[in-house]
Amino acid sequence: MGFADHRDASGAGRLMRFFEDIEIGQRREVGSFTFTADGIKKFAREFDPQRFHLDEEEGRKSLFGGLTASGWHVASVCMKLMVADGSRQTLEAAAHGEKIAIWGPSPGFRELRWIKPVLAGDTVSFATEVESLRLSEKRPEWGVLQARNTGTNQRGELVYSFLATAFVPRRNAG
Amino acid sequence: MMTLTFKDFPPGHFGTFGPRRVTREEIFAFAAEFDPQPMHLDEEAAKRSMLKGLSGSGWHLCSIMMRMMFDGFIGRTASLGSPGVNELRWLAPLRPGDDLTLDVDVAEARISRSRPETGIVTFKCRARNAAGQELCEWVSPIIVMRRGQAG
Repeated sequence: MGFADHRDASGAGRLMRFFEDIEIGQRREVGSFTFTADGIKKFAREFDPQRFHLDEEEGRKSLFGGLTASGWHVASVCMKLMVADGSRQTLEAAAHGEKIAIWGPSPGFRELRWIKPVLAGDTVSFATEVESLRLSEKRPEWGVLQARNTGTNQRGELVYSFLATAFVPRRNAG
Repeated sequence: MMTLTFKDFPPGHFGTFGPRRVTREEIFAFAAEFDPQPMHLDEEAAKRSMLKGLSGSGWHLCSIMMRMMFDGFIGRTASLGSPGVNELRWLAPLRPGDDLTLDVDVAEARISRSRPETGIVTFKCRARNAAGQELCEWVSPIIVMRRGQAG
């Protein structure tokens, strides 16, 4: 995962991946995903078999108004796209002979909201925006980043949002 | 079977569910589809990571906790779904072979102002392994009917 600086007209030349490269307010589109009825049901059967995630008719009768993806499915797809975006940036950095930043694990998140249902056939576009940055007190070789990650459907409606925390490596941490 | 409604969720300890074994194959399968980072897929790379060994995706752990909640009580609750998760902490890595136990408490239960036929039950859920180490904790509201027959 990483952040391109949209104010940088040269585009791909600057890859914002290390703690020192990241600024508050940087925003990055990480990709889109279409939720199919089959995909929604497959995830639901394994992890969240509530009736409105498994059956079209039950979905229509529910508050959601249609077959709805599990919130954890939406969250997992967001992660999938963020990892894929990070891999693309890593390849790009390697191609430029740049030092590769390997991000650490996340200690958690806050304010996760499933704002609107994600229905079968919906396409959700995910984005991430940096909200805060600090150095880790316990691990001086790491920075701690908070980013607002969001999902927006094909009608431009915000459907998903959370405030993620992640460990980001410092550039000269050995 | 009796359907659980709002009145069945007074504040306090609600229940303990599990154990649920998590296999290496499951960890690989989830990570390959949703979180293909080396620390979840590659033993050698995982050893060098901050988590010092192969670990399951945090989102996989969340999804398994959701399933444990479903099997424990959501599957027989007049639930209308959840608006989100207020706060979640990943405290320790999920390891292959872990036997997970889920402790569920009701932190708060109140009647919805906008939909008085429903209540908002805020759950605190904690997953721990067989050694008693806590892996994940979340606080999340669920909307529950005050009378049965949600669906």
